[in-house]
Amino acid sequence: MVARADASHIGSALSITDIVAVLYSGALRVDPAEPRMPGRDRFILSKGHACVAIYAALAETGFFPRELLKSYGTDQSPLMAHISHKVPGAEFSAGALGHGLSFGTGKALAAARRGFDWRTVVLMSDGEMAEGSNWEAMMFAAHHRLDRLTAIIDYNKLQSLGTVADTLGLEPLAAKLTAFGWTVREVDGHDHAALATVLSPTRWEAGKPQALIAHTTKGKGVGFMENRVEWHYKSPNPEQLAEALAGLAENGDA
Amino acid sequence: MRSAFIEELVALAAVHDNIALIVGDLGFGVIEPFADRFPDRFFNAGVAEQNMASMAAGMASEGYHVFTYSIANFPTFRCAEQIRNDIAYHGLPVTTVAVGAGLAYGSLGYSHHAVQDYALMRAMPGMMIAAPGDPLEVRACLRWLVANPGPSYLRLGKSGDPRFHDAVPDIEPGKWLTLRDGDRILLSTGAALGAALARAQSSHQGFGVCSLPLWGMATKASQLDQASTAQTVIAMEDHLADGGFGSWLWEAVSADPAIAARISSIALSDTVCGQVGSQAALNAIGGLTCTQ
Ligand SMILES: [Mg+2]
Repeated sequence: MVARADASHIGSALSITDIVAVLYSGALRVDPAEPRMPGRDRFILSKGHACVAIYAALAETGFFPRELLKSYGTDQSPLMAHISHKVPGAEFSAGALGHGLSFGTGKALAAARRGFDWRTVVLMSDGEMAEGSNWEAMMFAAHHRLDRLTAIIDYNKLQSLGTVADTLGLEPLAAKLTAFGWTVREVDGHDHAALATVLSPTRWEAGKPQALIAHTTKGKGVGFMENRVEWHYKSPNPEQLAEALAGLAENGDA
Repeated sequence: MRSAFIEELVALAAVHDNIALIVGDLGFGVIEPFADRFPDRFFNAGVAEQNMASMAAGMASEGYHVFTYSIANFPTFRCAEQIRNDIAYHGLPVTTVAVGAGLAYGSLGYSHHAVQDYALMRAMPGMMIAAPGDPLEVRACLRWLVANPGPSYLRLGKSGDPRFHDAVPDIEPGKWLTLRDGDRILLSTGAALGAALARAQSSHQGFGVCSLPLWGMATKASQLDQASTAQTVIAMEDHLADGGFGSWLWEAVSADPAIAARISSIALSDTVCGQVGSQAALNAIGGLTCTQ
């Protein structure tokens, strides 16, 4: 998709691909036959630029035909290069960072006030945590005890111009989130079994919103992309695409 | 306008159980009737307008019609991108309510002067601007907004605003409400209505007066026909001339240069920016009201 569209952000998408795979292979209660099913879990991609990972999962699970993926990033395609709520199965259009957690908090609040048990899961980037609006939402969700709200932070330690640590360091991240009243867990964001366990519907702690710090590798699975800032921007050329796919096939991931 | 707002909102919320109110830690002495009667649908977001706006969008996406409430520029400029992306682009029923619009908080200084809000809000496709001219228009606007839920902006004056109608008027988007007949028209939006009526007795004797409480990008098409029935139309607003109501009206009729030539505007001059004083004093300094 990304190579065909000559698009950016492949590194960001590969960073979350394992998380998204676990979410869409059973962790989330969703039904491709009824994308707007009232009791579905609401998944919000706040780091909207990594949308190819979601589009692939939605196509793979039957929300729309796989054929549509070929139109990604082309003129007037519904699959624009930031996540779009006009795509079946996508709840929210993002692209500007720092919006998804607040929007998800509103959904979780609506569910809580009406006594619904469905979950709201928001996938965020690490660089995005510098947006103040996220910390506003953190305060609100904890104060209102929104324990069906889960924020997953894709902690790949890289952002646009370099490392998170050299930009605006987040550490001690778990302690910050805990201090904001959230219950916090950490996970290897590429370990499917561990992700499936921690993302199961069971509450971690009654009365507290959940923050999952997923330790990830930007560009995961493609050797020449891993941990390289430039793959936030570059699109693979045909040789690079072939090399990437061959590498993934060798590891049984393609 | 504030008390008409809360009374009408409470009455509507009694009928519509999806109406929710989120305040940005403001509204002391105003919002209590709603909070007391509908505690399940009332939230204080704290001093956090960005989260308030996005969260309202999230609730609206689950079936609520959410009213966000704050004063002056806080519920608009502070969270402009949240309104643009999360509310307007998603087409969600969130009504952003600003009290103390225009120069109602004149003595509180530039931070509290809401004189650029039309420029911001009218730039958003699908955004309905509700700018009532008196407390009865407030009620009419609220009833219309609840019956037609969507992204909207309700711009309120303060307390103690005078009434200019005898009863709650029938309103529809883009349609001028006539208060005084005339071939030449002072066309007001929002709290400039009092100034328009005063000018019709002084500097603009013989002019008719109309109010336009509901307008926005989507209602431009209806303006040319109405403007063509008048010899002269002077748009009036307690907002800077730049990007405001007069600009909107002129854009709306500009396809017909002969009609466009009949349009002019009385709005606030930027000389008012940075000045401090009563609303009356600042409206005079800004050129909205007549000082003779
Ligand atoms: Mg990152």
